[in-house]
Amino acid sequence: MTIQGKVWKYGNDVNTDVIFPGKYTYTITDRKEMAAHALEDLDPTFAKEVQAGDIVVAGSNFGCGSSREQAATCLKEAGVAAVIAASFARIFFRNAINEGLPLIECPEAIGAIEAGQTVEVDFEGGILRVGDKTYQFPGLPESVMGIVREGGLIPYVRKQLAQRKA
Amino acid sequence: MGQSFTQKILARGAGKSSVAISEIVDVTPDVVMSHDNTAAISATFKRMGVERLDDPRRHVIVLDHCVPAASEKYAQNHKTIREFVAEQGIEHFYDIQRGICHQVLPEQGHVRPGALIVGSDSHTTTYGALGAFAAGIGRSETAAIMAIGRIWLRVPETMQVRVKGAFADRVGAKDFILRLIGDLGADGGLYQAVEFVGPAIDDMAVDDRLTLCNMTAEMGAKNGYMLPDEKTRAWLQARGVKDYEPVFSDPDTVYARVLDYDVSALEPQLAAPHTVDNVHPVKEWAGKPIHQALLGTCTNGRLCDLHRAADLLRGKKIDPRVRMLVFPASVEVVREAMRDGTLLTLSEAGAVIMNAGCGPCLGAHEGILAPGEVCISTANRNFRGRMGSRDADVFLASPETVAASALTGQITDPRTL
Ligand code: SF4
Repeated sequence: MTIQGKVWKYGNDVNTDVIFPGKYTYTITDRKEMAAHALEDLDPTFAKEVQAGDIVVAGSNFGCGSSREQAATCLKEAGVAAVIAASFARIFFRNAINEGLPLIECPEAIGAIEAGQTVEVDFEGGILRVGDKTYQFPGLPESVMGIVREGGLIPYVRKQLAQRKA
Repeated sequence: MGQSFTQKILARGAGKSSVAISEIVDVTPDVVMSHDNTAAISATFKRMGVERLDDPRRHVIVLDHCVPAASEKYAQNHKTIREFVAEQGIEHFYDIQRGICHQVLPEQGHVRPGALIVGSDSHTTTYGALGAFAAGIGRSETAAIMAIGRIWLRVPETMQVRVKGAFADRVGAKDFILRLIGDLGADGGLYQAVEFVGPAIDDMAVDDRLTLCNMTAEMGAKNGYMLPDEKTRAWLQARGVKDYEPVFSDPDTVYARVLDYDVSALEPQLAAPHTVDNVHPVKEWAGKPIHQALLGTCTNGRLCDLHRAADLLRGKKIDPRVRMLVFPASVEVVREAMRDGTLLTLSEAGAVIMNAGCGPCLGAHEGILAPGEVCISTANRNFRGRMGSRDADVFLASPETVAASALTGQITDPRTL
């Protein structure tokens, strides 16, 4: 799978409260409505202008803070095709995998990527293309890829349960 | 090569004799915690097409995040959870009167040394203070454990933090953990286990150890850990917990990093807006006017925290411009603090005594901030918008610093009173 997308660029330590504010965590249950608040407290223009297939790029520790899954859900539902960061907070990393939102950890490339630019990601090859430069990124571990391949955790568990019965 | 505490626990959970760093293992946890988010978790569980929980005895559910319900939506949320609990026969359910999950689980004997615990809350790391492995996970994966009884975890490297020295008067565990996070940064412990050792940890009360492990989440750590000792044993025994097997890191464990701290010269610290690693000595911010002072949360809502604040406020009145809110971490704390007069002292000083629960910590209710307001809080997070308005400022500090600031109406180093 290879994707191309327009970049929204942010800094280090983008936390889950600015990705999806805590005050909505129990009051908003609709995915579309979650998407409407994506990154609200960091960049109020994001949710209004984001296009399907866009890519979020950030520095280190993206998604730090709470365990709230809506932080991954709202980005996925807003149409974000992938998040590229220098590193990810661990629970966000898990939530994104479970949501089927691909993450790319590639610290070398972050400095070279500019907001509004189009970048290309080749998932199988582990290659990120930024202008005329290319960067390698490590693939996800095989057991985790299994979840992504099934389209997220829910279909993955359904399949496991079906296999158990069989 | 020696196995760390975390490696040993994850190996046992996976049914293996040993596991390697970075290996992904499939484990069956001993305890799975969830809170008000259980309504969403139960909906996901149902979407997985399962009727019954894999093992209801494994699950502990605590209503704490927005209790009592602040609106019809929250009320419906709680109702859904109560129905799910009844339908699935979940025995370990604590309704709104009990307190914050991270205090209730240890108090009610669900946290044992050597246990493998996961929870759908980032501060699940707290339980490491009693010698358990405890890590935060997401909602969907909590539902997946309900369905299939297993979860994948990556085996983390371990960082050892060696702490010595005696705290000065009015300086303590909260100041130390803020300093550590300030030094390491919000990602300083990313994907790692953090093991606290040394004479200063040995000297520390269990209450304070819980504060340290609670905040390891703020440096990105997967779990915190402390060696269970005589204090741990006594604390657990008082709550009827006797049977467990402590697990220790091998002496030849290879640590990713070893840090040495001496707390003797440590001064009161605070985290300034809007990140937890924006840490400075309190004196650098002294004089900043505040509107609200929050004493409580899973970080500092325990009895010794309330005592520290009460000691500073006894016989005095807080500044009339400050709203001081006290949220004991559990009903056990409420009752103790009632019996020994701590709540009376705080109330007479002008504080508002609230119910055991999370309060405004996550911005849901009970003390939300307006634009332009400043709060000093004993909580663990000060992200923009966390306690209400995105144009409000939240400072994080110790119970002593919060009490001292409430007294004067401005950020105050408690040693200056
Ligand atoms: S007190 Fe705050 S940090 Fe602790 S569990 Fe509740 S909302 Fe989370």
